[in-house]
Amino acid sequence: MYYTGIDIGSTSAKVIVLDGSNDVICRNVMPTGWSSVDTAEKIRRELAEAGINSECSKFVATGYGRISVPYADKTITEITCHGKGAAFLYEDDTCTVIDIGGQDTKIISIMKGQVIDFIMNDKCSAGTGRFLEIMASTLGVGLSELCNLARSGSGVSISSMCTVFAESEVVSLIGSGHSKEDIAYGIVDSITNKVKSLCGKLSADNTRIYLTGGLCESDYIIESLSDKLGIRILSNRNGRYAGALGAALSAKSIK
Amino acid sequence: MSFLDLPGRFDEFADARRQGFLKVKQIKEKGGKVAGIFCTFTPTEILDAAGLYTVGLCGMSEETIIDAEADLPRNLCPLIKSSYGFALTEKCPYTYFSDIIIGETTCDGKKKMYELLGEFKDTYIMQLPQGIDREYTLGMWEKELHLLIKELEKRFGVEITDEKLKKAVLKRNLQRSLYNELFELGKLDPPPLKGFDMYKVIEGSGFSFDLEENCSKLRELIDNTKEAYQRGNRPVSKDSKRILVTGCPIGGVLDKVVNTIESSGGVVVCFENCGGVKPVRHLVDEGAQDIVKAIAERYLKIGCSVMSPNIQRMQMLPELLKEFRVDGVMEIVLQACHTYSVEKREIKKIVNGAGLPYMAIETDYSKSDIGQIKTRISAFLEMEPLE
Repeated sequence: MYYTGIDIGSTSAKVIVLDGSNDVICRNVMPTGWSSVDTAEKIRRELAEAGINSECSKFVATGYGRISVPYADKTITEITCHGKGAAFLYEDDTCTVIDIGGQDTKIISIMKGQVIDFIMNDKCSAGTGRFLEIMASTLGVGLSELCNLARSGSGVSISSMCTVFAESEVVSLIGSGHSKEDIAYGIVDSITNKVKSLCGKLSADNTRIYLTGGLCESDYIIESLSDKLGIRILSNRNGRYAGALGAALSAKSIK
Repeated sequence: MSFLDLPGRFDEFADARRQGFLKVKQIKEKGGKVAGIFCTFTPTEILDAAGLYTVGLCGMSEETIIDAEADLPRNLCPLIKSSYGFALTEKCPYTYFSDIIIGETTCDGKKKMYELLGEFKDTYIMQLPQGIDREYTLGMWEKELHLLIKELEKRFGVEITDEKLKKAVLKRNLQRSLYNELFELGKLDPPPLKGFDMYKVIEGSGFSFDLEENCSKLRELIDNTKEAYQRGNRPVSKDSKRILVTGCPIGGVLDKVVNTIESSGGVVVCFENCGGVKPVRHLVDEGAQDIVKAIAERYLKIGCSVMSPNIQRMQMLPELLKEFRVDGVMEIVLQACHTYSVEKREIKKIVNGAGLPYMAIETDYSKSDIGQIKTRISAFLEMEPLE
């Protein structure tokens, strides 16, 4: 029997297939695009080609597009899945997980492998991956380049939390001749500040904090977050699969 | 909605607000006078004794907020904006037919809104003291009650006697006792009705205009519900997580929040807010010598976040957690409600201290955050209890 977790986020869709002994049989990531229904169907076809179908696998869907997966045996929220997935991925069942997603940033407190508390950003894109993407495109660079530029910048701070206002702030910083590096620094600084204030609202006394989600791939984000929180944030290149992994693990308890 | 599973009368209560439109019109045609109120601090016994019909005017829909924002700031509580908007646009028959609106100096947003409302509606403001730990507080509130009595006597040419007040106290106490009896059904496991339906009954009672009739209907509804439960009627699954909802008034977000909880594996067993146990848990001392003083005493026991310090709320919450055998607490904060928003920290401490999970949701009357709210509520209900 296989256990498939499908995490359809606002930006990208992630798939993990586990076997009975929790080994990863296959995994995939693709842009969600404009239709999560189409994405879910594409995933179904690709899995079927690889021999994974409802006869040999249980499916759990998560992420904001979880309701668009008609073949899912169960849907579970991304909060529960990220918590479970991170505890498994980092082999630590009592910890705090920070997930900077496309449209949500969540801080999840895990004890004995279970979510015991969580907090999410307000209903806007401040402090999310989307904020970084928009700022990067205003600077005319990609996400990873933005992070690289930020490393050698300093001195600039973006005071607007709102993505729309922050964008015009960035435009005026460009206009007044600040270097791309300094502006990039200000952008990353703003997002890590926002994440720090969210962390403060969660009453977790954990000493181990892990980052999940697509931003795990940026060393600079991890460094900047670690500086802000005064603790070394641990991460892993597979962090973006945490949600899908949690979903796949949850599929094991489906009767 | 689960009315199908419930014994009669429930739909009647749910429909009371709409039915009341006709009733209030008839009252006015017969020369009756209507007092519009916004808050559980309004001493309704005094309005009853003055022969006024009382109705709550709290706005529960987004519809008029855009109109209200012509006068009020955008970043203000949706309840305040909606209520003001309904008065401004004359879209709410209850506000329209109110001969007097009674407000209190509760939260900053409301008391300043009343000032603007007073420009085009007859409005009377009571000065509510906010420090119940002070010795003079009761005396001050008592004076405010006497001032209200004088004002109503003058304005409506009536005499408010102790005898009339005592009669009103008996009736209001009976209604509160019945509300409490209804709320106590939530202590059963599983409860014999959904929180949504329970809330609708209380909401509908506010639009009945006839206390005695309302009380006998409540009596019947409670008895029927108990009887159906004894016969084995179980409209709520035994596996549902027992949720206590606390925080701001939720009439305007009932569907978005309570229905989401109850369709995601939870059931609301207790409402610790204005529409729930908070304003009715304490009764007026019926045998008191000084009836006005006794009325004043009761109202100061309401644990609203405008009080500082808010001793009553912090004392009552742990009691409720035990009595209703709660599995988790969800706090609903309306956008820009500073007093409840700041109190979240203390509430979370109390709830977590009792070994229970707590989550706060900040929302408004729009539909824009339905997706996020659904995710948060589902994730909260997915949390497994720790041993």
